[in-house]
Amino acid sequence: MRTVIVVGASLAGLYAARELRAQGFDGRLVVIGAEPHAPYDRPPLSKGFLTGSGSGTADESHIALADAEETAELAAEWLLGARARSLDVRGRTVVLDDGRTVAGDGLVIATGASARRLPGPPLAGVHTLRTLDDARALRAELTCGPRRVVVIGGGFIGAETASSCVALGHDVTVVEAAPLPLVAQLGPEMASVCAGLHARGGVRLLTGVGVAGLRGAEGAEGAGASDPGAAGARTSEAVRAGRSVTAVELTDGRLLPADVVVVGIGATPNTAWLAGSPLAVDDGVLCDDGCVTALPQVVAVGDVARVGGVRAEHWTSATEQPRAAVRNLLAGHTVDTAHALPYFWSDQYGSRIQFAGRRSDGDSVRIVEGSPDGLGGDPSAGVRGEGFLAVYERAGRTTAVLAVDRARPFMKVRRGLAAERAAELAGV
Amino acid sequence: MIPVCRLEDLPAGDSVRLDITPPVAVFNADGELYAIDDTCSHQDASLSEGWLEGCLIECPLHAASFDLRTGKPACLPARRPVRTHQVYVEDGVIHVLVASDAGATGDGGTGAAEKGSAA
Ligand SMILES: Cc1cc2nc3c(=O)[nH]c(=O)nc-3n(C[C@H](O)[C@H](O)[C@H](O)COP(=O)(O)OP(=O)(O)OC[C@H]3O[C@@H](n4cnc5c(N)ncnc54)[C@H](O)[C@@H]3O)c2cc1C
Ligand code: FES
Repeated sequence: MRTVIVVGASLAGLYAARELRAQGFDGRLVVIGAEPHAPYDRPPLSKGFLTGSGSGTADESHIALADAEETAELAAEWLLGARARSLDVRGRTVVLDDGRTVAGDGLVIATGASARRLPGPPLAGVHTLRTLDDARALRAELTCGPRRVVVIGGGFIGAETASSCVALGHDVTVVEAAPLPLVAQLGPEMASVCAGLHARGGVRLLTGVGVAGLRGAEGAEGAGASDPGAAGARTSEAVRAGRSVTAVELTDGRLLPADVVVVGIGATPNTAWLAGSPLAVDDGVLCDDGCVTALPQVVAVGDVARVGGVRAEHWTSATEQPRAAVRNLLAGHTVDTAHALPYFWSDQYGSRIQFAGRRSDGDSVRIVEGSPDGLGGDPSAGVRGEGFLAVYERAGRTTAVLAVDRARPFMKVRRGLAAERAAELAGV
Repeated sequence: MIPVCRLEDLPAGDSVRLDITPPVAVFNADGELYAIDDTCSHQDASLSEGWLEGCLIECPLHAASFDLRTGKPACLPARRPVRTHQVYVEDGVIHVLVASDAGATGDGGTGAAEKGSAA
């Protein structure tokens, strides 16, 4: 293999580039990224980056994923601010938006996912939170006086954003269409425990009600028209449109006045550029257990990849999959699988939630340490609560583990689950 | 020197966190005592809650691991070392002598020092 192209210059793309070099690939390495930025870390964007606290601070150097020395060692050609538009039929040439083409004999697809948006014309004051540019724009609006913030969607990013907004002193409401947020991830019992964090944090949580639409007005009051800091945060289309959000209209007719709206309704995998290629796409790029697509010279990793039927949107998957993917790419067929135990964490209202394993509906949940009543320290004082550890079980076996502020025992159970999983895969 | 606990209260394989600023973690790695900064140099996790194996401590958040003897990261995502501190046992009580490298902690409040880091 002489040239490998990595499309997507973020977490999974960078880890793939690292693996290529670590596994001895010494040919030409081209990394194509639509964003103008060098690879950066997204999790801090909804946490410390917004509030300017902790180690995910507002200082952008803290979220860089690689330093200058490492970047030089990778000896890759970085085409940043360049979007791949299509992939030729044999999967050997990537065509960029500006018409340039890049040919290679191996391809790593790492184009991640994009924040889902609400339909309708753009309005100033309405944000999504996926990219550094999104986070900069939102932060600029949050740092110019108290605002009425409505967060649409009570998933992890919505909850973290709400938590960061309330820490900055804003008035915050979260709207969740389902009867409980995070049920799919945590199951009803634990989802209701985590939903309780919002109230403790001083955020209103409205559940079981959808959003009918957004209301806007010309140069709306509270939208920062007189505020140069906030004006700079507007998207250019919205500024041109001249309309700012004023309220969120709910499906039950209620109207929530809002100066800032954050839309956190999930993400869709970035696969549009693969239309017309021989690769199968269905909620992500379909690949086998080893991240290999229908073409042996093409692998997919991270949020965009549906590996053995599962598409994860977790930081740890994006960093672990590239090892097997690159091994298989260099071998020319699948020799290794990438089925690590799913793991994610989330920081909200001063609590740290960690989850690992595969829970399915009907698993029972047992609190093995601490108590949900011991939740919630004092976020403003940086004091964590006592927390708890819960295990999910099915037919006498542990399927997953959840911890709130119980990192140490969590790690023990997680390692046990990972070892079982590895043994299972090895056919023991 | 800061007293930590009695030697018998920190059995092999165990760790304890000293609530000072920045916090320090003390480990008993198979009988050898080590002290390092408790806050991971990657983001904000407490290394005293990590997984101890030999002389390596694995961070409980994103699995970077650090060599307790040098404070150096053994793998990503951490790229900067954590400070190491001297440990003494006096009259059966563990003490830590916190390294004083002035100017090492002024970077955004992580408390994780950057001794020997060029970046
Ligand atoms: C605000 C936020 C908070 C998060 N918090 C957590 C957390 O606490 N815990 C956790 O486990 N996970 C968290 N995540 C998820 C985690 O960040 C993702 O799983 C991870 O970023 C996935 O990495 P990736 O490289 O696959 O995709 P991405 O990070 O989405 O990167 C894909 C890159 O590809 C580029 N791209 C897309 N299309 C093209 C194209 N056609 N041509 C060229 N380039 C293209 C994109 O611009 C982007 O830079 C969070 C995510 C966000 C947004
Ligand atoms: S905080 Fe320790 S590895 Fe990320």
